[in-house]
Amino acid sequence: MFADLDRIKPREHNMLAVPIEKTVLEQHAGGDVYDRGIDGSICRWGRVLAFDPPARIAFTWDIGPDWQLITDLDRASEVEVTFVAEDEQRTRVTLTHRHIDRHGEGWEALQAGLDAPDGWPLYVGRYEALTRGELDAS
Amino acid sequence: MITYAFVAAYQSDAWTLLGDPSRRAIVERLAVGPCSVAELADHMPISRPAVSQHLKVLREAGLVHDQAQGRHRVYSIDAARLERYRRQLDQFWSAALDNLKVASTPATEEHEREIG
Repeated sequence: MFADLDRIKPREHNMLAVPIEKTVLEQHAGGDVYDRGIDGSICRWGRVLAFDPPARIAFTWDIGPDWQLITDLDRASEVEVTFVAEDEQRTRVTLTHRHIDRHGEGWEALQAGLDAPDGWPLYVGRYEALTRGELDAS
Repeated sequence: MITYAFVAAYQSDAWTLLGDPSRRAIVERLAVGPCSVAELADHMPISRPAVSQHLKVLREAGLVHDQAQGRHRVYSIDAARLERYRRQLDQFWSAALDNLKVASTPATEEHEREIG
């Protein structure tokens, strides 16, 4: 599941002052998405909007165009991951990041950053590797 | 809006696959050395087609390899794949061991107090 964000998100993607110990996506709507540093400090960068396995997970993206946490949560964008069975063995996974323009000025740059090779394509690639059993726990 | 999609072909989990006693017996036998279907079937209470069917599932999950040898196919264990599951077990083991240490600490103190 994409809820295993801890194994998908690279540790280098870090807004904390200390190395990340764990990335958590709380498994219920209203939960948080956060990184926990090795000293126990927390960087909350998303809020879970929907947690409906095995069909769908959605959370807010509370990081602005300056790659800092936003203070006005009404200006967050949304990430949705859906899972649709193609047959018994195969599942189509779709990740959509929408309403990026809500972040206001600079949103195009944010979108470009998210769409860059080290953005969502990296995460989606790591997730794909995980489903193939090729990504080992770090 | 940006969208990415891919199709995940979830590989059958070896833990589930090995829940079947026949498959476990096949893996146990192949751990000793490579075998043909006939050799495997000779030592098992199930038919040759049933053995073939189990081997197919194990092969698709990547647990066993097959290789043509003359007119036969010879099956063997994929050690690298098995190693991955062993590592998973190791993780369970070390986590359980840590928890055991935590759980046993207060008991030890208690014991010392009794002695003192």
